[in-house]
Amino acid sequence: METVFNISVFTENSIGILNRITIIFTRRHLNIESITASESEVKGVYRYTIVVKTNLDQVKKVVAQIEKQVEVLKAFFHTDEQVVHQEIALYKITTESFVNGGTEHIVRNHHARILTVDKEFTIIEKTGQPEELQDLFNELDQYGVLEFVRSGRVAISKPMKTLETYLKELEAE
Amino acid sequence: MNIRGAEAVMHCLQIEKVDTIFGYPGGAIMPIYDALYDFKDTINHILVRHEQGGIHAAQGYARTSGKVGVCFATSGPGATNLITGLADAMIDSTPVVCVTGQVASHLLGTDAFQETDVIGISMPVTKWNIQVTKAADIPDAMAKAFYIARSGRPGPVLVDITKDAQFGMMDFEYKPCDKIRSYVPTPNIDLARINESVELLNAAQKPLMLIGQGIFLSNAEQELMLFAEKSGIPIASTLLGLGAFPADHSLYVGYLGMHGNYAPNVLTNDCDVLLAVGMRFDDRVTGDVSQYAKQAKVIHIDIDKAELNKIIPADIAVHADAKEALTMLTELINPKQYAHWLQQFRDLEAVEKSEVVNEAIHPLSDQLKMAEVVNLLSEKTNGKAIVVTDVGQHQMITSRYYKYKGQRNNVTSGGLGTMGFGLPAAIGAKLGNPEQTVVAIIGDGGFQMTIQELGTILQSQVDVKIMILNNNFLGMVRQWQQLFFDRRYSFTEIVNPNFTAIAKGYSIEAIKITERGELDQALDNMLNSKGAFLLEVVVEQEENVFPMVETGASVSEMRLK
Repeated sequence: METVFNISVFTENSIGILNRITIIFTRRHLNIESITASESEVKGVYRYTIVVKTNLDQVKKVVAQIEKQVEVLKAFFHTDEQVVHQEIALYKITTESFVNGGTEHIVRNHHARILTVDKEFTIIEKTGQPEELQDLFNELDQYGVLEFVRSGRVAISKPMKTLETYLKELEAE
Repeated sequence: MNIRGAEAVMHCLQIEKVDTIFGYPGGAIMPIYDALYDFKDTINHILVRHEQGGIHAAQGYARTSGKVGVCFATSGPGATNLITGLADAMIDSTPVVCVTGQVASHLLGTDAFQETDVIGISMPVTKWNIQVTKAADIPDAMAKAFYIARSGRPGPVLVDITKDAQFGMMDFEYKPCDKIRSYVPTPNIDLARINESVELLNAAQKPLMLIGQGIFLSNAEQELMLFAEKSGIPIASTLLGLGAFPADHSLYVGYLGMHGNYAPNVLTNDCDVLLAVGMRFDDRVTGDVSQYAKQAKVIHIDIDKAELNKIIPADIAVHADAKEALTMLTELINPKQYAHWLQQFRDLEAVEKSEVVNEAIHPLSDQLKMAEVVNLLSEKTNGKAIVVTDVGQHQMITSRYYKYKGQRNNVTSGGLGTMGFGLPAAIGAKLGNPEQTVVAIIGDGGFQMTIQELGTILQSQVDVKIMILNNNFLGMVRQWQQLFFDRRYSFTEIVNPNFTAIAKGYSIEAIKITERGELDQALDNMLNSKGAFLLEVVVEQEENVFPMVETGASVSEMRLK
């Protein structure tokens, strides 16, 4: 049965490693729903959060093949229940709709933040789960949304040793 | 020592004890070739005729010598010509280091002359690759390349060096690499898994052991022998494992897979414990996985964690180096014999013999058959020649009828099934083992895919015995067309050139035979010749390889005809 899996990958900071990881999905004809990457709490170690819809058997094999890459320190997968995850979204709307229209109360009701107010446009930020971000979009869009962008998911798993512990284990081997 | 990057490459190779390089020069690798000129006395560079030949030769060298094969190519087309060999080495776990030249770093990404994104192209077919744009980074890159290629599950590595990095000056210092934080090549064995395995094996009534190339790669031939003789467990081998356990040993029960032996295939579905070591359950071995060894408890030992539970779920998955695991198992296992169980193999072997083998090696038909040729070669060389094959019917016939008893004397393209592999791989095998007889058995189709390497044999005086089994067909495809496509021989009939004339054009002694009466003498002539020799054997046109496990069938449904 297909479900959503959150794959966390920790890698060295080397050119091409992202490509090596995505190739593994391409080979198995798997689509990546979202992917984010940035430096982790350990300097020089990068953390990827990859979201895929697939089955348990497939995700196990994919994660094993990711972990096999020379420059991958560790890879895990978790179901949605095992992680806390968020996305960030930015919305560009006309300032006119904000000042004179009805968007101000929408922004308030959704606990979104205002980042910038320009003469012509206003940029709103909202952090949350995909459905919450979509709800805000749907409501704002009644007044017209000029641009909308979502970050892709970042996730932290509930049951997991710290990255430091894994690194120490690897160093010790 | 302040030297050029190109010289640094050569010093690195020397420190890594590289004695042979297979390569082809070109614009972007010229500084390295210039540096090589000063190392001619210590490093033997073999000028191939095509980069694909270069990497297959490096593979043949690596497979038979246990050392890392090295190959050079230039940027662009030189590098792309390596791809087939990289893919072959990747799937067959062969340690190879390829050094490619690249356009100068300021030209990267600009579609410069002979620029190609070789890092991107080779990524799916290399264990690791790296682009070096500064001379000072060369030693580290080379040290890591050799370490990664040879350690853990071996594989191909590509080091792409820009021309300016080759020209750049640097202070040379080389530290061989023996550790990379993110890479754990040799796992720590979980003792609990070994104990569980021993318990299962000690209680087994009908255990069967499957061995693969992992035995060679971990140098575990002796450990395997000790384990076999103590445990008494019958042993079957994959294509790449042939020779890791002597074919004439009383516990050897044959060759697994689509065109393997009848007994080990059929009895895979009868054993109670299946012990797989250093093999990866390729689909050519398993047939239909949903009907594969369902009755058995499976113990799978492999150094590559990603292979465990990939195809066949293991009741006990042991992430370990074969040598270490076998040593531990031998210590703990009870000495036992399985006379009745072994007899089941011998009974089925007798069936295969009477239904297939006898006719194949002593045919009643007028025309020569592939099996009788290989069988006679096997007898004449006592199973000890290094036999390199290409891909197709002749390959399956050779793996069936050549009785490997030597050390690492079986070289073939397994996972990728690369036609054209045979001739260059044989060149590499000979250069790695100058004292041994090397015979390349090749079909008339595959021979023409890398026929240009006859030039390498000529120039470097490589003593390779080439035996072409010529049926004027792309035989394996033809066999499938006959069996599964209603005999519609779509583009499998092949019009061949005069092979012996071509060989003679390269100053290679050559003869062609068509009659059974000529075979014995012809093989003697080939084996006793001084230097390279080409023997063309014209064989029956529409001979089929049997037995056979059809695609989608279970191993126990193997058909004998």
